[in-house]
Amino acid sequence: MKVRLEKRVAASPVYRFFSPVLAVIMALIFGAVFLWASGFNPAEVYLKMWWGAFGDSYGISETVVKAIPIMLCALGIALAARMLLWNVGAEGQFYMGAVAASWVALSMRQAPAWQVLPLMALAGMAGGALWALVPAIPRALLGVNEIITTLMLNYVAIHWVEYLVHGPWRDPGSLNFPLSAPFSRAARLPMIGDTRVHAGLLFGLAAATLLTFVLWRTKWGYEVRVIGENPRAARYAGMNITRNVMIVLCAAGALAGLAGMAEVSAIAGRMQKGLSPGYGYSAIIVAWLAKLSPWGIVVVSILFGGLLVGGYSAQFIGVSAASVNMLQGAMLFFVLAAEVMGRYRIRVSLSGAGVDASSSRPAGPVQEAADMGGERARE
Amino acid sequence: MNDSMLVAILAAAISSGTPILYAALGELICERSGVLNLGVEGMMLVGAVSGFLAAVRTGNLALGVLAALVAGGAMALIHAFMTISLKVNQVVSGLALTLFGTGVSGYLGKSVIGVPLSVTFRAVSIPVLSSIPVVGPILFRHDLLVYVSYVLIPLAWFWLYRTRQGLHLRAVGESPETADALGVNVFAIRYVYVVLGGMLAGLGGAYLSMASAPSWIENMTAGRGWIAVALVIFAVWNPIRAMAGAYLFGGVDALGFRIQTLGVTVSSFFLKMLPYIFTVLVLIVVTARARGRRTGAPEALGTPYERE
Repeated sequence: MKVRLEKRVAASPVYRFFSPVLAVIMALIFGAVFLWASGFNPAEVYLKMWWGAFGDSYGISETVVKAIPIMLCALGIALAARMLLWNVGAEGQFYMGAVAASWVALSMRQAPAWQVLPLMALAGMAGGALWALVPAIPRALLGVNEIITTLMLNYVAIHWVEYLVHGPWRDPGSLNFPLSAPFSRAARLPMIGDTRVHAGLLFGLAAATLLTFVLWRTKWGYEVRVIGENPRAARYAGMNITRNVMIVLCAAGALAGLAGMAEVSAIAGRMQKGLSPGYGYSAIIVAWLAKLSPWGIVVVSILFGGLLVGGYSAQFIGVSAASVNMLQGAMLFFVLAAEVMGRYRIRVSLSGAGVDASSSRPAGPVQEAADMGGERARE
Repeated sequence: MNDSMLVAILAAAISSGTPILYAALGELICERSGVLNLGVEGMMLVGAVSGFLAAVRTGNLALGVLAALVAGGAMALIHAFMTISLKVNQVVSGLALTLFGTGVSGYLGKSVIGVPLSVTFRAVSIPVLSSIPVVGPILFRHDLLVYVSYVLIPLAWFWLYRTRQGLHLRAVGESPETADALGVNVFAIRYVYVVLGGMLAGLGGAYLSMASAPSWIENMTAGRGWIAVALVIFAVWNPIRAMAGAYLFGGVDALGFRIQTLGVTVSSFFLKMLPYIFTVLVLIVVTARARGRRTGAPEALGTPYERE
């Protein structure tokens, strides 16, 4: 039997739109098999998750609450990815944003909200941007692999937060728990209505709007897209790649930092460790699932918020929280595979002679204009 | 610092460098075939949990190692299929593998958190060699897996640079078109080394859960898989240099643990940051030094091969 991948002349637009949906469905099927194999009734688990996440107004508001940090981080990741920059450091930038915002909140305990909140937001963005600048400078000037450096800095940021809450910021009244003192009333972001959905949602929506505008309506956005699609052409056209690398990574860091500020101010109300259950990592998947489209990210992050909240509900019937992480990772695989299916047509012919290693050899005639990873690695 | 303490730190450098060494060697041969696998962290975690689970259930270390090899290899097979057959972007697929592996290992390991392991790899002193002053205690009072790595590294070097198979491997990573034209099966070779690389990453993970800290803790690799990826760049894709690099990183790790006993009063949280900061600095220095010249990276690294 021979399996061949043949390049389609043009991927069908219907398929292009539905391939992420298909990927999610395939991931859910995969998850079902896994759940079934470990002795759960998949239908029961999924129903539980669905009702937990979207079944009532409380579930929906919790879903949106979880979606906010993922949304902001993913928008930054997508912006950088458009320039072929892999920001795997949103988690650390989130924490550094939260640290900077907490520093403002803890040192301006008497200030009114109109002073302290804008300063916290600015500090959060600055904290995230500066943390992103650390890998951005060597990447821009020397071409140091930003995937590894941004990721290493996540660990540094997390240890830094632990140092603060165990050491200088520890609240003497916290009975030895590693927590900072609670913020003042004024340093808490307001909630929308009587839900726990906070003003961070507006940050996310504003960022998506701004990003859409910048990418498709400004000269700089055009540059970012050109550099991403064809770095060599961009260089010949005289675009300043070095500067843009730094700007884009800092902007990504600022968005993640803003997410950290919103989370610490609206939800936690104090600095603590474990502020993020991996928002910065989920955001990578969200950005890809949404095909780097800002409004796509808004939608997909709500789906992921639901997945997290549904995951908590599933824990009540004994499903491990880690299964949600597993499902997220699987989803990304299926997204990647589904995308390929859109680009290629699978031909299976039974006449193929000799089943050897070459039977699984795909022989598409054309290579997708140098895959992104390839373009990068050869730089 | 007195001599015995220096010896203790160097010996610790070797044992804490060993899991990174296995993972780095795995990534090295995988990259040599032209495939970048950023899923090392995920493969290590799955290897760690599988090895631990198998050892707990059977009480047999060899079965634990076998389980870790199979699990790491199976994880790598996903990446191989995605990147070699489906030609998915290697960076995204690798990141997906890490995220997936983190989830899978957390899921599988849930039941054995805090469970002690009845059998673990213990230090075995090699007769005669271990009694050589200084060198003996540093090199020859370790567990079996460390000794295996002593053999494996020169073997890998020999394989790469002195055998026909190694030549094929390098050719596939440098110029798959040429290799293909010469009748080398590019796809088969890439599959083999990607999977082999995953097996070694799994073994590196199992070293953590079965030898250095015999227990399962969620995310117990703590970034070592990423350090291994960085180490391959540092090692300019040469196994011998990877060995030296792994012990250097192991030394930084070991020093972090012991620095307070030297009378230095630094918060332990700063000491825990050391290996990560060190990795970033090393990467910057190595990249800066290689600037303008060839870094030593296989020419075809990151590009899917498409047969005309």
